[in-house]
Amino acid sequence: MTVAYWLIFALIGTGAVCTLARLALGPSLLDRVVATDTLLVIISAGLAVHAGLTRDPTDVRVLVVVSLLAFVGSVSVARYVGGMLLRSSGDGQDAGLPEATEVREARR
Amino acid sequence: MSTLADVVALTCLVAGALLCLTAGVGLLRFPDVLARMHAGTKPQVLGVLLVMVGAAIRLESTSTTWMLSLVAAFQLMTAPVSAHLVSRVAYRRRHVRRDLLLVDELRDGSHEDRFYRGDEPADAPPEEPDVAAAEWREGR
Repeated sequence: MTVAYWLIFALIGTGAVCTLARLALGPSLLDRVVATDTLLVIISAGLAVHAGLTRDPTDVRVLVVVSLLAFVGSVSVARYVGGMLLRSSGDGQDAGLPEATEVREARR
Repeated sequence: MSTLADVVALTCLVAGALLCLTAGVGLLRFPDVLARMHAGTKPQVLGVLLVMVGAAIRLESTSTTWMLSLVAAFQLMTAPVSAHLVSRVAYRRRHVRRDLLLVDELRDGSHEDRFYRGDEPADAPPEEPDVAAAEWREGR
């Protein structure tokens, strides 16, 4: 059982480290949102694996909270980034982002 | 508990852990937001389901099994919604490598990037930067 414990947590830990690397590298905000979402799922998988291998059901209550928090976090950040799209042309297609400050200054 | 149940549970847990590893590797190696999300949502459904099944077999308790299935149900409900929102915003903010797309059904001209408008993401440059620069010099 100890071998299985180390094997499974090596797999999960490597996945979590790769996800953290993507979280640090970026390059965009949405990449980080996806990476955070995946990281929370990997963490909840690790908690469930720990609960299963030690036969200790204490972690399971935490799992419910974590799985809901991941959803709330990613949806709110996605809505926030979508709110940066200012104009909309009525049919749901947005007309692009507002003009960047450098472009506006260069035109003057 | 019998050895067979332990073997089944451990197989499920190892498979779920493998999916977590593939998600990390895919997230690190894939080129843009949509492809990374494709890799990242693998453990969100199948991985979590496998891990929950394995943990439920190991824990052998009815209330814990219900709670684990509640987590699995939450994942099944929330993963498509959040993935849809993130991918829609990613397309609209043009975090898309269009040179890697085979089919782009939303392509109607309103989302194309021919110009440098100053707000492009660094991983999705405009398609015709030379033409766009010439038009820019002639004055928009």
